[in-house]
Amino acid sequence: MSEVSTAVPSVKPAEPLLSKKNRKLISNPLDADNPITVQVLGICSALAVTVQMKPAIVMSLAVMFVTAFSNLFISLIRNTIPSRIRIIVQLSIVALWVIIVDQLLKAYVYDVSKQLSVFVGLIITNCIIMGRLEAFAMGNKPWPSFLDGIGNGLGYGVILVSVAFFRELMGSGSLFGFKVFETAGIPFIGNGLMMLPAGACIILGLLIWAQRARNGYREAH
Amino acid sequence: MKFLQHILHEQKKNFLPGGKLEKFYYAFEAIETLMFVPDSTTASRGVQVRDAIDLKRMMMTVIIAMIPCLLFGMWNVGHQHALATGAAMEFMDKMIFGAIQVLPIVIVSYGVGLGIEFGFAIMRKHPVNEGFLVTGMLIPLCLPATIPLWMVAIATAFAVVIGKEVFGGTGMNVLNPALTARAFLFFAYPAYMAGEIWTVLGDQKANLVNGYSGATALSIAYETSSSGQGEVVAAMNNSWSDGLFSFWNLFMGVVPGSIGETSTLMCLIGAVILIVTGVGSARIIVSVFAGGYLTGLLLNALAVNAFMALPAHYHLVMGGFAFGAVFMATDPVSGSQTNSGKWIYGFLIGAMCVLIRVFNPAYPEGMMLAILLMNVLAPLIDFYVVDANKKRRLKRATV
Repeated sequence: MSEVSTAVPSVKPAEPLLSKKNRKLISNPLDADNPITVQVLGICSALAVTVQMKPAIVMSLAVMFVTAFSNLFISLIRNTIPSRIRIIVQLSIVALWVIIVDQLLKAYVYDVSKQLSVFVGLIITNCIIMGRLEAFAMGNKPWPSFLDGIGNGLGYGVILVSVAFFRELMGSGSLFGFKVFETAGIPFIGNGLMMLPAGACIILGLLIWAQRARNGYREAH
Repeated sequence: MKFLQHILHEQKKNFLPGGKLEKFYYAFEAIETLMFVPDSTTASRGVQVRDAIDLKRMMMTVIIAMIPCLLFGMWNVGHQHALATGAAMEFMDKMIFGAIQVLPIVIVSYGVGLGIEFGFAIMRKHPVNEGFLVTGMLIPLCLPATIPLWMVAIATAFAVVIGKEVFGGTGMNVLNPALTARAFLFFAYPAYMAGEIWTVLGDQKANLVNGYSGATALSIAYETSSSGQGEVVAAMNNSWSDGLFSFWNLFMGVVPGSIGETSTLMCLIGAVILIVTGVGSARIIVSVFAGGYLTGLLLNALAVNAFMALPAHYHLVMGGFAFGAVFMATDPVSGSQTNSGKWIYGFLIGAMCVLIRVFNPAYPEGMMLAILLMNVLAPLIDFYVVDANKKRRLKRATV
């Protein structure tokens, strides 16, 4: 930290809010460093809430909100947290945001909140959030931490929404409850496997396959 | 023949490295080896070469062993149709009726499966393996004859891609691909894989014989048991068609069910072919039957409902037990590899099958789930067998 140095501080030009480095914080988790398909975190909720598009989108927004603000707050107090109790401090801040999200959902989109049921509360145990707090917010300034939270929330959301897209389309033949095949006059029989969590597991696996094929993944030996 | 071979040979230079169709070499090679004996076999010199058996001959043996099941299955599809509609059909009529129903399923299964296999072989630059020849025949045999063809197509695609290719292709799969296809359909389209769908009724749905019911032996057993009244055997003997579910009929396979699975007798003929040629493991087949029978006896002793009290030998002839034991459990890739492991693996398949049938009414046919479950556990069994062997030998060792 430059504050403690005794030399005359040279005034650095302020980094622009969306500099290249900061933009990377948002774009990286979307593909090359995706929390679900690359780090394989947050799988449980990805399997549970992706039967339909609407809950998946609401869940993604909720996680993005919690990650961003937990990151921001932890980053603000990162220098005052005693490292031996940092996990419990992080948890209480995450819990605060989860409760706020839960109350908001109950107040404004009650039916979706019912559908998501316990999984909103379980955001607190989502490995993505704890992972970002430990790996990023504890060592970076508030603004980049906030962006990192947004980025990882988006990365999570992109995968959640694509899994939900395939599951809802193939499972019930609809998108956002709109009967696609029926309207188009194409005969359609719902694929029951897609309604089961196993279907999400398979779709997720195929997404990881497609991503690795595109990015040229090689297993580390 | 010579003429055809000549044409094929002429084309070969296009596919060799440097040729203009180099990319498709493995597709060409697959066709060449399938049609003609490749000229690159090992000469039978040397004491260590006892037989030039390769994957192709092994797979062809399994297909030959499945032919009795297939032919009987075709006849049975026709026969069940005749029984249900009361139509007078001769032997050949039934065969032809069955063939019209069954052959399209076989063709779709082979067409889709081999198409994907060729695609992957060209993409990954490896020879096409003959493994799919067996899978492509097993898939139709374990499906009902009424299954829509597009479902066969996507189930086959699913089995080849998710069941096999993602693990690295033939010889690397964890689960039996044919059962993966069946499990896919079973969970994706339950309405087409369970219930009164086993008999092909065609356009005769309106004029069925009196009292017709599409139930199978397993569903009768389950219903009798859950209603809590009467015995399963009595209920089966009291079926709509005289003696349809007698033990002898179940053994012969003249009952509704998946195309190839009904006849225990035909499966046993297949088993003999597999065991004599050394392709299938007798240990697995025997221990599956033993496991099923002993578990049946154990349940009889503890019986609290009609299904548990069902005589143990009925379990061996109902549903796909024999078919699974002979053709699915013996899959050399997904089964246990060690000899003691094979006994344990087979025994547990038989036991699990009977347990799933009796205690899990949502899944009347336990064989598929039992084999898939044990496929997953087979490497674990092998691990402990090998480990025990190491320990035993270490004890003996004097250093």
